[in-house]
Amino acid sequence: MNLVIVDYGSGNLRSVQRSFERAGFSSTITHDPTVVSEATHLVVPGVGAFSDCMGNLEKLGLLAPIREHIQEDKPYLGICLGLQILFTEGTEFGSKPGLGIFPGQVVRFPKNELKVPHMGWNQIQIKKELPILKDIPNEAYFYFVHSYYGAPKDPVVIATTTDYGLQFPSSVSEGRLFACQFHPEKSQDLGRQLLENFARL
Amino acid sequence: MLAKRIIPCLDVKGGRVVKGVAFVDLKDAGDPVEIAKIYEAQGADELCFLDITASSDEREILLDIVRHTADEVSMPVTVGGGVRTVEDVQTLLSAGADKVSINTAAVNRPEFVREASRQFGSSTIVVAIDAKRSPDKPKHWEVYTHGGRNATGLDAIEWAAKMEDFGAGEILLTSMDQDGKTTGYDLELTRAVCERVHIPVIASGGVGTLEHLYEGLTIGKADAALAASIFHYQTYSIHEAKDYLAKRGVPVRL
Repeated sequence: MNLVIVDYGSGNLRSVQRSFERAGFSSTITHDPTVVSEATHLVVPGVGAFSDCMGNLEKLGLLAPIREHIQEDKPYLGICLGLQILFTEGTEFGSKPGLGIFPGQVVRFPKNELKVPHMGWNQIQIKKELPILKDIPNEAYFYFVHSYYGAPKDPVVIATTTDYGLQFPSSVSEGRLFACQFHPEKSQDLGRQLLENFARL
Repeated sequence: MLAKRIIPCLDVKGGRVVKGVAFVDLKDAGDPVEIAKIYEAQGADELCFLDITASSDEREILLDIVRHTADEVSMPVTVGGGVRTVEDVQTLLSAGADKVSINTAAVNRPEFVREASRQFGSSTIVVAIDAKRSPDKPKHWEVYTHGGRNATGLDAIEWAAKMEDFGAGEILLTSMDQDGKTTGYDLELTRAVCERVHIPVIASGGVGTLEHLYEGLTIGKADAALAASIFHYQTYSIHEAKDYLAKRGVPVRL
């Protein structure tokens, strides 16, 4: 097994690596496209803006190996931005194309009485029985911090939903790809469980 | 449902926790990393470090603590105290902080908040506001800096709204009148700010009982409750606090 965490200058990668370590798995943090293409298990984390994220991945030549990894149905874990870039289009700071794995847009929470960013611990409603969700109970709490979420055209890809004024897709999956809007690396024991499940795929 | 957060705060000076008391089975009561681990085991939702020395020569010690804490716990960590430049924010985030709190530097130059949030994302930038009730105007609070020593002439509620416009992702609101006392949050202040802004607000300053946490999250409408001494002196554990809140109908993560 070769677990690789993609580094494109966005966010706290050390905490992802450390969470895997505590679950008993070593990993490599890299921005080298060759190393990324050799991964058996690929993790794309990240916080920040959609357009910056796509721009950096493009600059570093990482879009092609990531796309290839997904097309070969190797285990892929997207966290936060690593989920959002899978969609057709992001809308933060103007429209920007994503990887287009899932038709749909990344949209902002509507303006109403609810606070944005959606920040803190919220529950997931499990829509699909998946190996990566093994031993994770329905309505479990995970840590979220985001203002945008991916809205897939085809609801069949939705793995979990979360209630924040509306039921938004908090994770999506297809084959061995799983991507979540929440942060397993910040979600204590259940987050660790999810990372361990991923590493065992 | 989104849970209300309970956030223990550790005041750190020269790499040591101030007011450290002996936790059971803890070898070093002043070690922030050890205390962070205990709070995680008790069910803390986040952790806040406030560096109250914030002199540049001791910066390295703080960074080391942040690194070790990020290695040992799996929850969001906010670090504040003496954050003045975009480089300071970058250094703390790289060390493993999830959010950085900015106070005096935001008052000195509000554009700093805009620059930092644009570069690192709004969700990483917390603006800390120390507010004190005006002696002569009702429902008016003034922003103070330098740990409550310097008056700024700014209206705390308007300042919070301006910081939201400038890209702050969260407000850490401390009542200087209540801080250090154990008579409860300034609920009027907390509620006024919470109703004015559309970003999460953390209530701080004055918690002495579990009832105070409850009041801050309900009457005060805060999204999160921060407390230092009640957890620190083990008056209550975080578990006890959350059990209490849950029994009173506040959504918390148990």
